[in-house]
Amino acid sequence: MASIDYPLEHPAVKEEEFSFSNHLYEWVSTVDHKRLGLMYIVTALLFLVIAGLMATVIRLQLAFPNGHVVDPDTYNRLFTMHGTTMVFLVGMPFVAGLSNYLVPLMIGARDMAFPRMNAFGFWIFLFGGFLLYFSYIGGGGLSGAGSAPDVGWFAYAPLTSRAFSRGASTDYWILGILVAGIGSIASAINVIVTTLSMRCPGMTLARMPMFVWVMLIDSWLIIIALPPLSAAQIMLLIDRFLGGNFFNTQNGGSAVLWQHFFWIFGHPEVYILIFPAFAILSEVIPIFSRKPIFGRPAMVGAVAAIGFISLGVWAHHMFAVGMTSWSNTFFTASTMIVGIPTGIKIFNWTATMYGGKIRLLTPMLFCCAFLFQFLIAGLTGIMLATGPFDWQLHDSYFVVGHFHFTLVAGLVFALFAGMYYWFPKVSGRMYNEKLGKWHFWLFLIGVELTFVPMHFLGFLGMPRRIYTYEAGRGWDFWNLVATSGLIFQIPATALFVWNLLISSIKGERSGDDPWDAWTLEWSIPSPPPEYNFETIPEVRSSRPLWDLKNPNDPDWRFE
Amino acid sequence: MTRKRGFRVFFAAAAALQAFAADLPERRIANIFKPLATPAQSEYDIAMLVFAITGIIFVGVAGLIAYTIWRFRRPEDTAEHQEPPQVYGSNQIEVAWTVLPILIVFVLIGVSARVIAAVENASPPQAALKVTVIGHQWWWEVLYPDYNIVSANEVHMPATRDGRNATYLQLQSADVIHSFWIPQLSGKTDLIPNRTNFMWMDPKEPGVYFGNCAEYCGTQHANMMLRVVAEDPAAFKQWTLRQQSRVVDDASVNGGRQEFESLACINCHNINGLGQASAGSKFGPDLTHLASRQTLGAGVLKNTPENLRRWVNDPQVDKPGCLMPSMKLTPDELTKIVNYLETLR
Repeated sequence: MASIDYPLEHPAVKEEEFSFSNHLYEWVSTVDHKRLGLMYIVTALLFLVIAGLMATVIRLQLAFPNGHVVDPDTYNRLFTMHGTTMVFLVGMPFVAGLSNYLVPLMIGARDMAFPRMNAFGFWIFLFGGFLLYFSYIGGGGLSGAGSAPDVGWFAYAPLTSRAFSRGASTDYWILGILVAGIGSIASAINVIVTTLSMRCPGMTLARMPMFVWVMLIDSWLIIIALPPLSAAQIMLLIDRFLGGNFFNTQNGGSAVLWQHFFWIFGHPEVYILIFPAFAILSEVIPIFSRKPIFGRPAMVGAVAAIGFISLGVWAHHMFAVGMTSWSNTFFTASTMIVGIPTGIKIFNWTATMYGGKIRLLTPMLFCCAFLFQFLIAGLTGIMLATGPFDWQLHDSYFVVGHFHFTLVAGLVFALFAGMYYWFPKVSGRMYNEKLGKWHFWLFLIGVELTFVPMHFLGFLGMPRRIYTYEAGRGWDFWNLVATSGLIFQIPATALFVWNLLISSIKGERSGDDPWDAWTLEWSIPSPPPEYNFETIPEVRSSRPLWDLKNPNDPDWRFE
Repeated sequence: MTRKRGFRVFFAAAAALQAFAADLPERRIANIFKPLATPAQSEYDIAMLVFAITGIIFVGVAGLIAYTIWRFRRPEDTAEHQEPPQVYGSNQIEVAWTVLPILIVFVLIGVSARVIAAVENASPPQAALKVTVIGHQWWWEVLYPDYNIVSANEVHMPATRDGRNATYLQLQSADVIHSFWIPQLSGKTDLIPNRTNFMWMDPKEPGVYFGNCAEYCGTQHANMMLRVVAEDPAAFKQWTLRQQSRVVDDASVNGGRQEFESLACINCHNINGLGQASAGSKFGPDLTHLASRQTLGAGVLKNTPENLRRWVNDPQVDKPGCLMPSMKLTPDELTKIVNYLETLR
């Protein structure tokens, strides 16, 4: 409707009247879910590169004992900003970006339920990110102490109190995350309302694509888990500015209370981050195996179960704080139970491939590697869940290895799979398969080299977050190996960026449906027009395009 | 005269003991799979069980995935239009692979519960050695309330093969959260302000066990290193006697002592016997028996006269950001103070 006011949005006129400022205006003022989705993803990729460079400096510092690349305070800021960025400014916008771009296309809608709130969510998130990074300039505050936050991404009290964190760096951490969180919640509400009320005729919840199901549950988890963090952060602000004593131990506050608040958010958060991986795998594996997802109801149930159980496992981050044996046993038990639905998911993905015709193109290669690596991450998770074993492993490099295996060898692999898979839809062009394979193999080698040795370092007693270590503790060799993984990871990531850039300009035209896929987004032109669907489709099963392509054997006969 | 000779004898004995202590094997590689105390041993045992179970799962599931990919892969470029049989799922199979993990998980939960209770609910025998460890940014204060000993950065305790000499640690913090971790003796327990935690250990072999602060505690978290010096009960007894002895009062270093008392040192560091001035100076480590310790700055430097001079001259060189500033001493003052501190055995 409103598009009439903006002649630039007509492709025919676009070519002639293109100017940078018009183009910029078009993107800044957009409420189109696809553009917002892309903006989320591009922002996430930018922050991914920034935080990746920080990790590079961290690894260089630790390559040899007594490293002198950066001083201790700089190092502590680096790992704090690396972690905070990766979780809040890379993982979260990927959730928002993927669901923004794909959910309306997959459920046959023309936009999200609240397009303007969608734009608001993106800009407030971006502002939060800038606020966090502004701490490098403004974090010193009037006292001139410090710059960026250096309290770690979970900012344990009382290290964050005025006595131990002078200057304004911790305030930037609080406000940046608080503000970015508003964006995440706005986007999550939008996804929930969109999936519940804007599905095309015939698309019952039971016929909704797996991707949409997982993103729906993910969004629920966001609106349940984020508020405790925001509340705790506001309490911390009260401590810092209004003389409150919630966490101020020097005045009788509780350091453990912060940990409870933080992990009530923090543990569901890691599931919030990994769910997009589940969503992507549940779309890519069936298409590249030419079989429907095995055990759809079990898969949806497993994700819902993981989401639900994840709300009751938080204190497994706190086995070392001296809880009673009953509490420790409870959280050991609840954490291990998560392993059951997670196992179901891995079995079902494998069963989907079993008996299929597997095409090992780049997206599928990333999915296959994900299965192995996520299996390892899950099993190291069982080790950490075992309370007594965790007394040794907690806060050691084993933990660092474990969650990087989940989030890099797991989530990032799935994100790469997803980006290669939907690239033709978004750009209308095909990525370069050869470069994609190079990217895959280099990245795989780099990830194994970097993150496998971290587990061994934990066994050898190396604690996390140390800026240096003395020689002769048995840590020299494995640290050097971990750093050497950079030699592979950096070129691999560069190849990926190069592939996307070059292919979006010069790639072969991909057509509307290059993968012979089954969900609605492949029924419309690539890139999708602004209105998505010329006529709102009507579906009769969970694989509408299968029905169309196989009129003799449609799914709706069995559903 | 006799007093001086008495001191010489004492020094000789102390030196001999020092040599004896130096003979203790240094267990620098803190491998959690080489446990040498009961808590670490029970954690090791459960770790092995978990490894066995997860190992079997890994081989089975990874094998299945690998087989599936290998068996059903197709060349990428063949344009096969025949779709494989479309299988939507099977309730029997879903039930099977739900029940199996449930059984495994319940075994693990049961075993964990037993070890958790055994380690946490163990009550100290009457004779157990009681030690209080207080975490500071970035050093460890070590108190022996029953012996009236105050030390820092190394915890001395008896070691016996039968494990009859358990040591109970009471853990507290003066500022932020720290964590006590000597991997070969026990898993970690946090030191949390406004809270007292407990842990125990019974070293089976004498030795110097290495560990680190395991909870991020600020700028110098990395150099908040920790050692447990476990020696046989007789040697430990000797150590306590020496630590309990009156502060060395060597007339030849009176000058240094006066510098120590008149410069800022005494504001933060206590030395028993210096009188009122230093009583209650608990901000920095107690230096009453500084020269008997193995390291300086919670492990950043070996405790030698040269290193002590280097440290007192400017601690910020080796431990940037630590709370002890360079006092800008003249070389003369430095020499006097170091000579004095070196007598505090």
